[in-house]
Amino acid sequence: MARAVTTQRKTINTAIAWAIGLLIFFPILWTVLTSFKTEAQAISDPPVFLFFDWTLENYSIVQERSNYMRYLWNSVIIAGVSTIIGIIIAVPAAWSMAFVPSRRSKDILLWMLSTKMLPAVGVLYPIYLLFIKMGLLDSLVGLTIVVMLINLPIIVWMLYTYFKEIPVDILEAARMDGATLREEILYVLTPMAIPGIASTLLLNVILAWNEAFWTLNLTAAKAAPLTAFIASYSSPEGLFYAKLSAASTMAIAPILILGWFSQKQLVRGLTFGAVK
Amino acid sequence: MGHISLKQVTKSFGATNVIPPLDLEINDGEFVVFVGPSGCGKSTLLRLIAGLEDVTSGTIAINGNDATMIPPAKRGLAMVFQSYALYPHMSVRKNIGFPLKMAGISKEEAEQKIASAAEVLNLTDYLDRRPGQLSGGQRQRVAIGRAIVREPDAFLFDEPLSNLDAALRVNMRLEISELHNSLKTTMIYVTHDQVEAMTMADKIVVLRAGYIEQVGSPLELYRSPANLFVAGFIGSPKMNFVEGKDAEAEGAHTIGVRPEHLTVSKTSGQWKGTVGVSEHLGSDTFLRVNVEGLEPLTVRADGEVELYHGDTVYLTPEPSKLYRFDADGKAI
Amino acid sequence: MATQHSRSAARLMLAPAVILLLGWMLVPLTMTLYFSFKKYLPLRGGDLGWVGFDNYIRFVTSSAFWPSVMTTLLIVGGVLVITVVLGVLLAILLDQPMWGQGVVRILVIAPFFVMPTVSALVWKNMFMDPVNGILAHLWKAFGATPIEWLSQASVPSLIMIVSWQWLPFATLILLTAIQSLDSSQLEAAEIDGAPPVKRFWYITLPHLSRAITIVILIQSIFLLAVFAEIFVTTGGAFGTRTLTYLIFQRVLESQNVGLGSAGGVYAIILANIIAIFLMRIVGKNLDA
Ligand SMILES: Nc1ncnc2c1ncn2[C@@H]1O[C@H](COP(=O)(O)OP(=O)(O)O)[C@@H](O)[C@H]1O
Ligand SMILES: [Mg+2]
Repeated sequence: MARAVTTQRKTINTAIAWAIGLLIFFPILWTVLTSFKTEAQAISDPPVFLFFDWTLENYSIVQERSNYMRYLWNSVIIAGVSTIIGIIIAVPAAWSMAFVPSRRSKDILLWMLSTKMLPAVGVLYPIYLLFIKMGLLDSLVGLTIVVMLINLPIIVWMLYTYFKEIPVDILEAARMDGATLREEILYVLTPMAIPGIASTLLLNVILAWNEAFWTLNLTAAKAAPLTAFIASYSSPEGLFYAKLSAASTMAIAPILILGWFSQKQLVRGLTFGAVK
Repeated sequence: MGHISLKQVTKSFGATNVIPPLDLEINDGEFVVFVGPSGCGKSTLLRLIAGLEDVTSGTIAINGNDATMIPPAKRGLAMVFQSYALYPHMSVRKNIGFPLKMAGISKEEAEQKIASAAEVLNLTDYLDRRPGQLSGGQRQRVAIGRAIVREPDAFLFDEPLSNLDAALRVNMRLEISELHNSLKTTMIYVTHDQVEAMTMADKIVVLRAGYIEQVGSPLELYRSPANLFVAGFIGSPKMNFVEGKDAEAEGAHTIGVRPEHLTVSKTSGQWKGTVGVSEHLGSDTFLRVNVEGLEPLTVRADGEVELYHGDTVYLTPEPSKLYRFDADGKAI
Repeated sequence: MATQHSRSAARLMLAPAVILLLGWMLVPLTMTLYFSFKKYLPLRGGDLGWVGFDNYIRFVTSSAFWPSVMTTLLIVGGVLVITVVLGVLLAILLDQPMWGQGVVRILVIAPFFVMPTVSALVWKNMFMDPVNGILAHLWKAFGATPIEWLSQASVPSLIMIVSWQWLPFATLILLTAIQSLDSSQLEAAEIDGAPPVKRFWYITLPHLSRAITIVILIQSIFLLAVFAEIFVTTGGAFGTRTLTYLIFQRVLESQNVGLGSAGGVYAIILANIIAIFLMRIVGKNLDA
């Protein structure tokens, strides 16, 4: 493992890896840069990379014109609330399966996973119809519930894999010490699983934030989050590169930062614990 | 008060029957050790008493009251786990204070009890550390401290010393014994190590495959083991067993003789053999003697005895210390 | 661990999650099945009665069906090949000693966090636009005629956009898997005189096979459902109508719910076939 590597080899590795890394990252970088250009510079020929007149104008225009704040707020609500409700429902469920396993636990876990694999388009109309009937179309409540439900299996799974690593002895010790079930979960399990719960939270905020199928199909003006807001830029008339870039940057920046924090847990979450 | 009584208790996990019908009385203030080979159901039995597992049938009474269906927290028992099971996110102070917090005891009173437990266990300087920053022995003490503050009717220990190194184990053994002497509370202690059982117990319960083979004080078990299993399990080094005509001569199927009840001579005796291995410990010498027609015999000889590999020796058992067993392994 | 009391508590605490997911699965699924056997046109007469397997037959015999299956296979297959091959190479590269490994890792993973609508729009306008896109500038710089990516090479363009989004996922998982490879195996092989290519082929790749299978299965599920990227870029035109998109159009655009539901049932069956394989692997992992 720890073997001396020639500096030359390391230099070559570094050069190649950085080149590829930057190439992959370039679309994001370009978007961010363009967001600080004027519209004219954004489509100048040849393109300018760094030497342009940096401006924040696009950001203020996007905010003023499109009510960006409301979309942002909707995104925050949908991602935040759906994740919190999801965790509140999932912690007890994961506790049950991790610490009181029965013959059926495994089947239930796999079945939960299978609901995640249901193609959304297969149930699009029923959900659409139910939403109309219940007056949930284009409402934050409805969308939050749907997003919570589509991510619930992942939350349960992630928590389950984290709980599995906690020795059951400690929970039994709490029980012997006189803790009720609620106290055992609140004072012992939860604090011990905080890192796991935090990464579950993070990953689910990311997934909920980026969820596009249901947000595009179930919202119009009122409850539309950022995914839908960005999609509205696809009409050719409203197209201005610098403003598109500013809106895009604002839409992805928060999640990009969260994502970088959660990259380690991402693997576990997205593979349902099959790869750690 | 800490009287525990098990009546016809059984436990099965699915189809596997781990504890067959079992009766046991544990008196107030007793130090009872469950001993037996690993996998024989000691932990299961302890967990049944603790209430961490349900009995399949039978009843468990604590201080005369039926506790069979009472949840663990309400049984008035405290448990020390093999893994210590400390709360890693809490300081030593919070760990020890956790049962008090659960019992809703006031801050000041809890603080007092924590301080006195820490005093007894030499933990006063470590109260603000996390379990992760403590040595194995200190963690063990915290686990004991957490049990003490509850002032339980009985302490349950599940192999509490098996994760410690040999020297520390001897120390902790003494500390636990001293604790029992000063608290005079019932203690039930599970171990697979007969030395721990012999040194600590008032009463030993020898278990095999869930069955109680014998119950008695250490010396009773040593002096009059009920069967081959107990005879072989209690005492160190292990008892020698001889079958065949030597046994028949004594009117038994098997005879047993402890290593310390064999006399060694260089000139004459009942069995002639050659020394295989000789271990000179200073105080004692352990000899492994190969006798023709028998299993190798272990002998505990005087510390200064000058016998080495290949020497010819004669062994004679003390007639009054001979154990006789029938074909079923029962003592005669 | 398990007493009667804790078992009943466990059942109680599991119930909300199970009931919610059961409802989420069964209610719409039953409705989809119900609609799939009906002629149901909400805007043109509503429920026009039972039609048996008519919708199922019409869905597969419509002229749009086979092209959409082809497009789906092309996109899913293309993205899988690109992400797995590049993912393995990138994972190996990132596992080498270098300076700034953490930063490179972050750069490579970043696209995964970009919401689908943003990545689709950025690629469509700022990279693939035949006049102002970066790629057009690049083509011109080499004296070539810029390509109208999303109309002339629509499917490869989509493959490219979606691959960019999913390459980080494959890389990250494969990198994790590579890092769990016991390096003494490789060293032993090196001492035995195996050249790097052979070491890769006989040790690294077999070690990665499980991770690769997982990447393929999970990505398949998500790739079959690719929607926003098409919605934002071509709207299903220029031969980019996948099965998912076709069903979406039948249901919401032309409001032929019966027909779309039959398509939905096909999509569910298809996803389940893949899901069974994935669950086998995950399930095995549960026992370990
Ligand atoms: N939860 C359980 N489910 C099934 N079998 C168990 C369980 N707990 C213990 N056993 C079985 O019961 C037997 C006794 O276990 P245990 O009480 O832990 O033994 P000991 O503590 O004496 O080593 C073992 O054979 C073990 O496999
Ligand atoms: Mg045990």
